[in-house]
Amino acid sequence: MKALAIGLMAALICSGSAFADEPLPLKPGPGGDLTIAACNACHTSDYIIMNSTFLTPDGWKAEVVKMRKAFGAPIDDEAVAEISNYLAAQYAAPAKP
Amino acid sequence: MAMLASRSFAGESTTLPAELPDGTRSIARYVNLPEKKRLLRLVDRPPNYATPVDVFTEAVTPNDRFFVRYHLAGVPTVGDMDNWSLSIGGDAVEKTVRLGLSDLQKLPSSEVLSVCQCAGNRRGLINPHVAGVEWTDGAMGCALWRGPALRDVLKAAGLKPGAVEVWVNGADGPVLDVTPPFRKSIPMEKALDGDTIVAYSMNNAPLPLLNGYPVRLIVPGWTGTYWMKHLTNIEVSSAPLKNFWMQAAYRVPAGLFPVDHPFQSQANETTVPITEMVVNSLIADPLEGGEAERSGFTVRGVAWDRGAGIDRVEVSLDGGGSWQDALLDRPLGRYAYRKFSLQTGSLRPGTYRLVSRATSRTGEKQAEKMKTNPAGYHNNVPRPISVVVT
Repeated sequence: MKALAIGLMAALICSGSAFADEPLPLKPGPGGDLTIAACNACHTSDYIIMNSTFLTPDGWKAEVVKMRKAFGAPIDDEAVAEISNYLAAQYAAPAKP
Repeated sequence: MAMLASRSFAGESTTLPAELPDGTRSIARYVNLPEKKRLLRLVDRPPNYATPVDVFTEAVTPNDRFFVRYHLAGVPTVGDMDNWSLSIGGDAVEKTVRLGLSDLQKLPSSEVLSVCQCAGNRRGLINPHVAGVEWTDGAMGCALWRGPALRDVLKAAGLKPGAVEVWVNGADGPVLDVTPPFRKSIPMEKALDGDTIVAYSMNNAPLPLLNGYPVRLIVPGWTGTYWMKHLTNIEVSSAPLKNFWMQAAYRVPAGLFPVDHPFQSQANETTVPITEMVVNSLIADPLEGGEAERSGFTVRGVAWDRGAGIDRVEVSLDGGGSWQDALLDRPLGRYAYRKFSLQTGSLRPGTYRLVSRATSRTGEKQAEKMKTNPAGYHNNVPRPISVVVT
């Protein structure tokens, strides 16, 4: 997992966008470093904050799976679970009844 | 890619629009960018910047205020475009040709004043929220686009019988090679429409980089997703384009929204590509949360649709209880904004809920309730603005 995070961080450094600022810091928690590395490899993690007030834990999981399946994010099952759990714990709206 | 940090705009209010949803409010701010001033940053990688609502008191959106929308973070620089050329090929042309900017400029040119609006404009105003870029009102603009008609560009390669779609690709791209590049297609009927142009000019100037410099496809009446920026490749094909951006993204439930010309080659039984815009209007003055004098004020804004033209705009001061006809400016073109205004006359102190609703020349009206769809597209529900009269 650590190797994956380092690899993704290297991708981030190599792909600086012309207009991008540093993303806002994310909340600390288990899976936080992996989430920051994996998301920022291709896009700012500010997207997490933008969608944080209404995505449920299931909604976040669907987003992470979409990043892997539709966009080719190089994250395995274990990483998908870790990132989804982090987002569910730190940035999710309550599950809908 | 050059490292140019964005800066907050000095000298004007940095107060964020009152209607921004929570979450987005935490990350949004006004910034200047190269060739751009005072846009509302939603996210910056990939770049997604909204035009502030007050800009829509005018029917033409200046280039430096025009919104910016990218799906993928690989945005080219101006320098990357120095050797730009456009390839026209595919299995439904006689021969592949490559045109430079001077070749395009030698072709007869057309002009079209047209709204470019992101399919997800106003997604951030939908309740319950839908995931995505949480645009409020500013993922749109109207500009005068100039360049040769796409059909004249295609002639250079020679169309063969059996052409079904024109596939387009631009110089922007994904960070990872495995991510599907942003490629789109349009049906031949729209490709051969004389108003569909290959634009090298925007409001009589070169296109800003972030709006597609040097050349962008203009597809009037259709949502912005087809308006390929940094256009580099055109393929005329006998088959539908099959990729994520056509088959999974930018689709709506079949039959939910009106269209004049269905995109048959990309339709299936349950969903169709989002294509033609829906009729809509926006109050640009006063702004949400504004204050006004009891002597009255002028309500100003714009209305637009997918090409029929705007026939009527009504304004309510009481949240839709009663309506008055707004005054319409002369039409500037069937795909352009049409400005409207209404003098309120004197008013008693209190809170007023201003709403506008437009009707097109074919009688199409704004939806009374959001037509729910998974990606939150086509939000044209009349939207109230609260103004306090003191």
